[in-house]
Amino acid sequence: MKYKNPMPHLLNPGHTACPGCGQLIAARHVINTCGKNTIIANATGCLEVTTSKHPTSSWKVPWIHSLFENPAGVATGILTALKKKGLDKKVNVLAQGGDGSTFDIGMGLISGMWERQDNILYVCYDTEVYSNTGYQASGATPHTAFTRTSWPGAKSMGNDKFKKSMIEIALAHKVPYVASTTSGYPNDIIKKVKRALEFTGPKFIHILTPCIPGWGIKDDMAIELGKLAQKTGFFPVVEYENGELINSMKVPEKTPLVDEYLQHHVRFKHLFKDKKGKQEIKTLQEVCNKNIAKYNLK
Amino acid sequence: MKKFKYILTAKPGTTSENKTGGWRAFRPEVDHEVCIGCDMCNKVCPEGICFPTGQKNSKGRVFYDRDLEYCKGCGLCAKECPVKAIKMIKDFK
Amino acid sequence: MKQILEGSHAVAQIINNCQPAVISAYPITPQTHIVEDLERLKAEGRADFEYVRAESEFAAASIVLGASATGVRTYTATSSQGLLLMAEVLFNIAGMRLPVVLTCANRAVSAPISIWNDQQDAVTVRDSGWLQLYGETNQEVTDLHVLGFKLAESLQLPVMVNMDGFVLTHTYEPVEIPTSTMIKKYLPDYKPVKDNFLDINNPCSLGTFAPPDQYMEIRQELHDDVNNAKKEIISLSTEFKKIFSRNIGDNGLIESYKIKDANIILVAMGSVCGTIKEVIDSQRQKGKKVGLLKIISFRPFADQEVVTALAKAKQVAVIDKSISLGIEGILASEIKRLAYNKLKAKIQSFIVGLGGRDVSQKMIEQIISQVAGKDNNLKFINK
Repeated sequence: MKYKNPMPHLLNPGHTACPGCGQLIAARHVINTCGKNTIIANATGCLEVTTSKHPTSSWKVPWIHSLFENPAGVATGILTALKKKGLDKKVNVLAQGGDGSTFDIGMGLISGMWERQDNILYVCYDTEVYSNTGYQASGATPHTAFTRTSWPGAKSMGNDKFKKSMIEIALAHKVPYVASTTSGYPNDIIKKVKRALEFTGPKFIHILTPCIPGWGIKDDMAIELGKLAQKTGFFPVVEYENGELINSMKVPEKTPLVDEYLQHHVRFKHLFKDKKGKQEIKTLQEVCNKNIAKYNLK
Repeated sequence: MKKFKYILTAKPGTTSENKTGGWRAFRPEVDHEVCIGCDMCNKVCPEGICFPTGQKNSKGRVFYDRDLEYCKGCGLCAKECPVKAIKMIKDFK
Repeated sequence: MKQILEGSHAVAQIINNCQPAVISAYPITPQTHIVEDLERLKAEGRADFEYVRAESEFAAASIVLGASATGVRTYTATSSQGLLLMAEVLFNIAGMRLPVVLTCANRAVSAPISIWNDQQDAVTVRDSGWLQLYGETNQEVTDLHVLGFKLAESLQLPVMVNMDGFVLTHTYEPVEIPTSTMIKKYLPDYKPVKDNFLDINNPCSLGTFAPPDQYMEIRQELHDDVNNAKKEIISLSTEFKKIFSRNIGDNGLIESYKIKDANIILVAMGSVCGTIKEVIDSQRQKGKKVGLLKIISFRPFADQEVVTALAKAKQVAVIDKSISLGIEGILASEIKRLAYNKLKAKIQSFIVGLGGRDVSQKMIEQIISQVAGKDNNLKFINK
């Protein structure tokens, strides 16, 4: 029996994202929750490229893509124009970008938007790598991860830097609503977007979105790994309101070791080869333990 | 007033003309009797093509199915279904 | 009624009277007085626009891009380093056909760093798709902004109005500032093109990526529109004269000064034309047949009008306050391009005034005597 999709979503299928893409799962829930009275400013990246091949577009709300590093600035412009038209209370402005745009090249403009305390929801879809250009390292790439600009080899154990904390940067800018979540928890994404929109002023949601080719994982692993990243403490799921940590998703009593998470990824495969790798896994476990302590995850 | 010969913008939702169903090697089969209508497959599908059919199974639950014109065969629905109502079966020659 | 105003103040006032909806800018010498004035007008309740203080020129340009894409009138201003920093956005704005108006207070480009006037900044982005107009006096600059908004909005092309930094921005001249009521007779409210802006009642996607089978035709249409802007400028400047009783050059594109019987014609843009006109007057008194062709519209370039103006000249000295390094003055290249099969004159490129070096009457006289000679090489006129 053939079933036809009634297509009620604000992000249509027919986009060219990889099968099982974690980012598209999250993006659909974000825009559905924001609703049709939303204007989106999107950065260059997988989300933009897969959904907007001229003359088609997956988006059913007004949507603009300008450059890689400026969704925050464009969003401010949209908000200001809406203010002049008297529509700023009726229309949500959503700025979205991947970790490349948010953590690295677009940081300056995000900082400016937060300093102005613009009433804009910024969502970062964090694949921990520059997915769209072919998986090069970003400021969000975890320590030791293999990317195409951080190869493990005789002289290297992969990425030698540690992940930047956008949550802390957002808090330093006094962003009223700061939260993190992962593709593994679609209901949490929906809940947090709804809560964010209740705030006036800037809001920041950081979503860990597994990248199938970038991480070297199976097509159907996005949800499970999104959950495991949180359960090990590798990616803490937290919620701050007005600077106070009001909620954090607790890790299970029997907290899974970080090895359990790392073993599924090709990007961490080199850590399981030898003693040096084992040492690095210990370092990563410490990162998890620190996160658990810092964000009250137990 | 300028009239554009080549339109610079795209109309909303038009990627629906791109049927990505041809991408897949495996296709999900839903057992309507096992399905409890929990909406989990809808939540996890990157294409957003799992939906309640509006029809009830013998247990009175509204069961779900998917639009195979777009399914890329990632298998997330089968993996995440809490009652294992979905199986991925080979769909290539 | 004429007032004695500093160039920047005149610009701020005229922008306010054109009633943009959103302004965002970042201060950079010598444009600072423009943005300070606009912010002050807002603070004193004498302005209706939304003013967004941006954290860089890149951000300012992105903000006006977003606002313009939402279908409202927008404005920004910058110079030199700021213009180069927002270069990526400039190409984006033109490609998306957004009618942003920008004032460029022309200033030299680093390195070495210089805050003084030359035209290198604006001419460097001449390929971006922005229309570029150059004013000689503060009055002309004021008028070009009014024409600029109407031009931008009727063609959906961004317009850059250029004024020489310090020379015009910080100089007091008598200027007549049209009131907003008068401007409304010329410049109607902005109506964005349907299906080309962000509207929740008519959702569409802007900035989609164009695969190889789509990109060229879109760029070709942009090219044709920039070219055809010449006709629009002529008609808008005619209309301007009717309403404001002032000429913008001969036709908004060029101004010919004593070229009818001239053997030697100087070609230049911007405030240096004022100095050149003085020299031409004194040379004419001595019996020398010299004239000036002032370029007002650099993009689009008025090919036909320029060829007609230079048709009878024997020598043409093109005076550039900028240079395409390794080649010659940029205006000179434009003139030589037109000469092919059409002009008999000797055309020579002269570089003056880089980094704010004062252009004296003596230098212009030097150029006139040099161009009369046999040598056709590029010349830097330093002293």
